[in-house]
Amino acid sequence: MNKQSDDIEKIVEIDQQRDNSSSALSAEVAVRAETAGMKLFADLVKVLGTSTKTTDKLEALKQYFASAEDKDKVWVIALFSGRKPKRAVNTTQLITWCVEIAELPGWLFGESYHTVGDLAETIALLLPETILPGQTTGEKSLHFYIEMFTQIEKQDEAIKRQFIIDSWSQMDQNERFVFNKLITGAFRIGVSQKMMVNALAKFTSLGASVIAHRISGNWDPSTTTFAELLNESPTITDYSKPYPFYLAYALDEAPETLGSPEDWQVEWKWDGIRGQMIKRNNELFVWSRGEELMTDKFPEYHCLKDLLPEGTVLDGEIIPSVDKKPLPFALLQTRIGRKNVTKKNLQETPITFFAYDLLEYNYEDWRNKPLTERRQQLQAILEPLTTPVIILSPVVQFTEWNELSELRKTSRENGAEGFMIKRKSSIYQVGRKVGDWWKWKIDPLVIDCVMIYAEKGSGRRSNLYTAYTFAVRDGEKLVAFTRAYSGLTDKEFNEVDSFVKRNAIEKFGPVRTVKPELVFEIAFEGIAASNRHKSGVALRFPRINRWRKDKKPDEINTLEDLKKMLEVYGKQGL
Amino acid sequence: MPLIEFSDKGLCCPQGNFYIDPWKPVDKALITHAHSDHARWGSQSYLCHRYTKPLLQLRLGNNPYQTVEWGESLLMNGVKVSFHPAGHVIGSSQIRLEHNGEVWVVSGDYKVVNDGISGQFEPVPCNTFITESTFGLPIYKWKSPEQINKDIQSWIVKNQATGKTSVVIAYSLGKAQRVIRAIAAVTDKIYVHGAIFNVHEILLQAGWDLPAVKRVTPETSKEELEGCVVVAPPSADGSSWMKRFPNHSVGVCSGWMQVRGNARRRNVDAGFVMSDHADWPGLLQAVHATGAEKVFVTHGFQATFSRYLNENGIESAEVKTEYGNDEDTPPTSPEVEAIEPDGIADTEIEDEQLEPNE
Repeated sequence: MNKQSDDIEKIVEIDQQRDNSSSALSAEVAVRAETAGMKLFADLVKVLGTSTKTTDKLEALKQYFASAEDKDKVWVIALFSGRKPKRAVNTTQLITWCVEIAELPGWLFGESYHTVGDLAETIALLLPETILPGQTTGEKSLHFYIEMFTQIEKQDEAIKRQFIIDSWSQMDQNERFVFNKLITGAFRIGVSQKMMVNALAKFTSLGASVIAHRISGNWDPSTTTFAELLNESPTITDYSKPYPFYLAYALDEAPETLGSPEDWQVEWKWDGIRGQMIKRNNELFVWSRGEELMTDKFPEYHCLKDLLPEGTVLDGEIIPSVDKKPLPFALLQTRIGRKNVTKKNLQETPITFFAYDLLEYNYEDWRNKPLTERRQQLQAILEPLTTPVIILSPVVQFTEWNELSELRKTSRENGAEGFMIKRKSSIYQVGRKVGDWWKWKIDPLVIDCVMIYAEKGSGRRSNLYTAYTFAVRDGEKLVAFTRAYSGLTDKEFNEVDSFVKRNAIEKFGPVRTVKPELVFEIAFEGIAASNRHKSGVALRFPRINRWRKDKKPDEINTLEDLKKMLEVYGKQGL
Repeated sequence: MPLIEFSDKGLCCPQGNFYIDPWKPVDKALITHAHSDHARWGSQSYLCHRYTKPLLQLRLGNNPYQTVEWGESLLMNGVKVSFHPAGHVIGSSQIRLEHNGEVWVVSGDYKVVNDGISGQFEPVPCNTFITESTFGLPIYKWKSPEQINKDIQSWIVKNQATGKTSVVIAYSLGKAQRVIRAIAAVTDKIYVHGAIFNVHEILLQAGWDLPAVKRVTPETSKEELEGCVVVAPPSADGSSWMKRFPNHSVGVCSGWMQVRGNARRRNVDAGFVMSDHADWPGLLQAVHATGAEKVFVTHGFQATFSRYLNENGIESAEVKTEYGNDEDTPPTSPEVEAIEPDGIADTEIEDEQLEPNE
């Protein structure tokens, strides 16, 4: 029995790591209007999870919002905008009850989980179709179950167990999956907040950015009504409304091709979160590029409500920094992942807004004025401010392009990832447009290494070996130094997967040690010393750059090479 | 000496001087069924079930073929040999060997439910059973064939209502025939890929009762194809061959569709969990029904299934074979797609056996 609980604990741990690490998972859905509540929601999730077309997903969401009851709709909006129901039971309990009902040993649950790659789905697949004789399938609503979670949260384990098993008995496999997802948290089943907002915009007469604003911030899905959330009262002016961002194309050719240097303004390209800072009606709003309202995430900006003039909209970068010098992006990640920003966060990771454009001044849309004019006014606004939370992103001085090429090599030392090159006469356009704005990024650092471990991925890569650990050579030994999950095409992943299956040496739970034969070039943005890693280094944003089929394992880089890189580029820290 | 040895050429019966489903050329090959990972080219002579012979001729060309009926006994060098229905595809058989009172059964690939066309799997009592384990995890549990057919039918009807062409992806020998029969209930405009057409023709010639189908050729007009149902093998999915169907929806029939991630990876509009292999309950049912004291587990989740059997009082060991995996042709490799854009060649591998190979 001990062995069994060990197995379960290990799974719980892996599942949590997955939840924490794979934030890039996005989901999909489609719809059929049918009966009530949970079933309707499960159908929605199924379509969103399987449909390959955005239009189908939008249609499914639209139909859902047209047919579901209001209380359920409020919860769907809450779930798809990142809110979670009360965690009534833990993962270990769920697994334990599942293997009891399915009469399976814990290790077999583990094997199944490693193949499925999702805990909620594994449980749904393993439960027998009929759990209790004479069971009926559910007519219950989504909000019924979510409210029950709150009710049983403080109850005895026996009551929780009874509730979960009764609930499972009243559901089909699809509903069980969704129900388990509600319990295990992280509802990343394929719909972005933006898509939901668009569907709501079609369903109501409100604009998408109004809805995005309404559903952001602090509201409680258990007490808020659908009408309150999305009333169409035209009297409310949307002061928060951001402008669409203007995005640059990558500069693939030499900058000389752009013509005369005098026509261009060059800024450092920062590695932060692109953001829009809005001050209107004595309120402050901070939007991310993903149209997410992030005002609450950055309390240090709140003083700008009193410092910026009325009717001002700024474009810039949200960056952790001290004394106008950017700190590594990883620090910011630790902050934005949290629900509540702590005092400690504020001290350890102070945030600055590096402003580089002015979109609105005196409630007037300035986007059609030339960059030079916008920049001048921006400077005038920021100059009198003495707060460290906002600064003017500096312009890089140069007269010849080759000067700039030299300066670009110092990007890493300056905490930047290259340059932004903007035509001085450019207006502020909408979306990605070619011609006036260019990003000229530095090349990533690269190193050749050999794959030594492989693990199955999750989501659409479940049951495929797509997560790899790589090693460099240290004398006769191989030393693991990084993991990477991305950078290969589906076809290449299939090829590597097939190699792993044929060349696995040993099995440690879900991990396979593999014959060190495949050589890859790993690209990364930074390197820092680390005691947590055997190799003594930690990489920033490692990914597979290419598969070096032309190289043999004895031609890879060495630990010595890595340490040299650390010496040259590692001063920035991680 | 055991009745069957696991050699580098395949399952070998030294006493009888023959091999079962060898993956390298041998003198005498006994073939469980006509899928390319079990029936390979190059042996001197082949023994198979009567239904399998025309399919082998299609795939391997002319060779000396000897056929048997199910339940008919042959004596080969003192070893009593007989074939029994495996329910996998048309002609698929388990092979029973008996010598000195000891009985071994090689299952080949099998499923225990009756799909109405491949024959009803027959439990054959034996001392030693060699089983596949393609879907040897308890997450794999199939709906009834009737229910799956209904799901496919209603999907097609829905597509018809919106003027879409339905492209059903099914392996050319096995699922294609099941699918064609099922969809004949909702349409008489069935088009098929060349690979499936070839198998279809052979089966019609052999006297099988199958619905009429038309082959998709370069001459087939777009108007003709509008709103019809097309059945195509996995290799066609995602290839340029599909471009001729202007407004189409793709439904994949595969046991791997059971897991959401697999369905999403295939990027298909609909996944139907349909397989010609036994699901987890089916594997257990088959193993128990043989009453075998010893079970060897081949291709699939062999380590898992074998461990489970051992823990449940049935002595078991895993065996590495070359079934269920063609090392040179992963499922999305362009080589496979390039082979049959017009359906002339039929060298696809059964998709179900390609994905996981634990």
